[in-house]
Amino acid sequence: MTEKQAFSATGNQMIAEAMRQVDPDVMAAYPITPQTTIVENYAKYVANGQVHTEFVTVESEHSAMSACVGASAAGARVATATASQGLALMWEELFIAAGMRLPIVMANANRALSAPINIHGDHSDVMGARDTGWIIFFAETAQEAYDNTVISFCVAEDERVLLPVMTTLDGFITSHAMERCVLEDDEMVKSFVGPYEAKYALLNTDDPIGAGMFAMGDCYMKSRLALRNANDGSLPIIEEYGKKWAEACGRPFDLVDAWGTEDADYVVVVLGSAAGNVRHIARELRAEGKKVGVVRPRVYRPFPAEQIVEACKGAKAIAVLDRADSIGAKHAPLAADTLAALYAAGEQIPAKNYVYGLGGNDVTNDCIHRVFDDLEKLAAGTVSDELVYLGI
Amino acid sequence: MANIKELSRRPECLAPGHRLCGGCGASMAVRQVLMGVPEDAYPVVGCATGCLEVSTTVYPYDAWNVPFIHNAFENAAATVSGVEAAFKGMQRAGKIPANKKMKFVAFGGDGGTYDIGLQSLSGAMERGHDMVYVCYDNGAYMNTGIQRSSATPKGAWATTSEVGKVESGKPQVRKDLASIIAAHGVPYVGQSTVGHWKDLVTKAEKAFAVEGPAFLNVLAPCPRGWRIGSDETMQIARLAVDTKFWPLFEVENGKWSLTPVKEKNAKPLEDFLKPQGRFKHLLKPENAALLQELKDDVDAYWAYLEGRVEGSKDLTSPIE
Repeated sequence: MTEKQAFSATGNQMIAEAMRQVDPDVMAAYPITPQTTIVENYAKYVANGQVHTEFVTVESEHSAMSACVGASAAGARVATATASQGLALMWEELFIAAGMRLPIVMANANRALSAPINIHGDHSDVMGARDTGWIIFFAETAQEAYDNTVISFCVAEDERVLLPVMTTLDGFITSHAMERCVLEDDEMVKSFVGPYEAKYALLNTDDPIGAGMFAMGDCYMKSRLALRNANDGSLPIIEEYGKKWAEACGRPFDLVDAWGTEDADYVVVVLGSAAGNVRHIARELRAEGKKVGVVRPRVYRPFPAEQIVEACKGAKAIAVLDRADSIGAKHAPLAADTLAALYAAGEQIPAKNYVYGLGGNDVTNDCIHRVFDDLEKLAAGTVSDELVYLGI
Repeated sequence: MANIKELSRRPECLAPGHRLCGGCGASMAVRQVLMGVPEDAYPVVGCATGCLEVSTTVYPYDAWNVPFIHNAFENAAATVSGVEAAFKGMQRAGKIPANKKMKFVAFGGDGGTYDIGLQSLSGAMERGHDMVYVCYDNGAYMNTGIQRSSATPKGAWATTSEVGKVESGKPQVRKDLASIIAAHGVPYVGQSTVGHWKDLVTKAEKAFAVEGPAFLNVLAPCPRGWRIGSDETMQIARLAVDTKFWPLFEVENGKWSLTPVKEKNAKPLEDFLKPQGRFKHLLKPENAALLQELKDDVDAYWAYLEGRVEGSKDLTSPIE
């Protein structure tokens, strides 16, 4: 490990730096808040000749992902970035990118979906993409957004995986706030990620391929099963690259970040930037002698069910904090996944689901205190397990 | 250009055995256009969702002898712009030999081009990708069962512009897509038909020869949708031109030229309409006024094109 200079940077800046270091062949992107500064930073690298990337300034996010699909099928290393309505506009293409097994890396600055229109952070956009076949990372910090982005290229392009990867960070909270960050050497990142050579490529005229074929039920279903298996099977490979990266740069990597869970009575499960708020209160409660823990999945797809169950085991009650809702369902997405995992593992822990921070709504200390207070009552049977919208 | 004997010896990019209907104009458009690819360049083909795609790529069969990609309905232009960008980026990085030449071509029907794919096409043309976009225009959504598109001619029957007691087919005029693309200032736009092989292959050669985006609008009759016999495709395509319903023209670096209809070939519009089931109601006495309207439209569009030719004839500095 070399001595590295810490500096102040936003999450978007760090993602742009990671992409510059990897230097993909093609970036096709469209501006959208709060992702735009990734694309703007990248345009500067292009203008200054710091990358060899062909930068395609498309006229919509649908075309952004369409061009990424074309470029990736052609055999190129491909990256892009989006958010919110842009990710929603890409929805059709997300399935196609995954179904065609194209290792595209896309940053998403997680943001609310209209209506009402709102540009601030929540997970409504990315949760809409959770069933598409993409691998999905959630970063807690700007540093992690950088680390996850580098790891994403390795995972996506690994022949055992060949899937698109979404490297997400919370809009404004992580995308725009300045944090203390460390950048690895360009050469170190380049050699860590290594060169990419597509096994099947449109531009390989010696061995012409047909991409995006029509399939009847039998072939279609087999293809979808192969996609499921690839996504399921990527979890240990993500861990493999994550640990390798951790060793190379000295920052920890775990599929699920479990804080204080070994002996915890009350556990909160939460994704992304809000985990820091929850840990802040959990530390105070620990100091008061309360056995509390915090579970933060760093990878959401594939869902690290085993690791989450392991971290929640033995708790008297758990709370799942969702920054998106699944309207019409009993639980919001993270809770539905977590409870299904616990049920399948035979764990019958009382659980309560909170929806928080939609459209960037503040997550205050009082909100988190309320959750931990509720958990004691939930274990005692004095509060219902009804879903709650927190902080309003 | 090569003569027909020489053309017949060129390698076929689309193999026989695909599942398009007999007499389908789309496959004829593909074969003729791809004959225009320079011999020292490798073509890569992209295709919008539609009859052409669905009938040539039924997994595990693939009728394309060249690299082929289908993505979705509205984004053939964006997809192929990505393929072209990959070529540029990888060639710049030294991953593809500097002397390797490739040509990128996208095919879409009129639904995938005039309607749902217009934004994607406009974006790709504006960005200046080195690609040829080919619309095989059969004037309706034929793959989903003959629904009207913005390319459907005025007065034509379609399953969403029905002929009944109070309506007589599509009330609106066809969108003038070739002019719209020409307005992007691209180096080459051509309009032709599958029934004019010499004209079409020549235009395809010009389209592939330019550096930058080119657009071809190719009338490609659909026997099913037009209600004609599968042996009538070529004659109908020629009648479309001889009746001035479908003018042959091109725009080279902003300069318009229109192929005149020779006096001996000129025919009344009815000759094009009559053989087609989709127009049969137009020839009934009660639709005489509508028929006259169609004739007036044909004359007006021809006059418009003559105006473009006249207006651009003195262009000395081509639009770059």
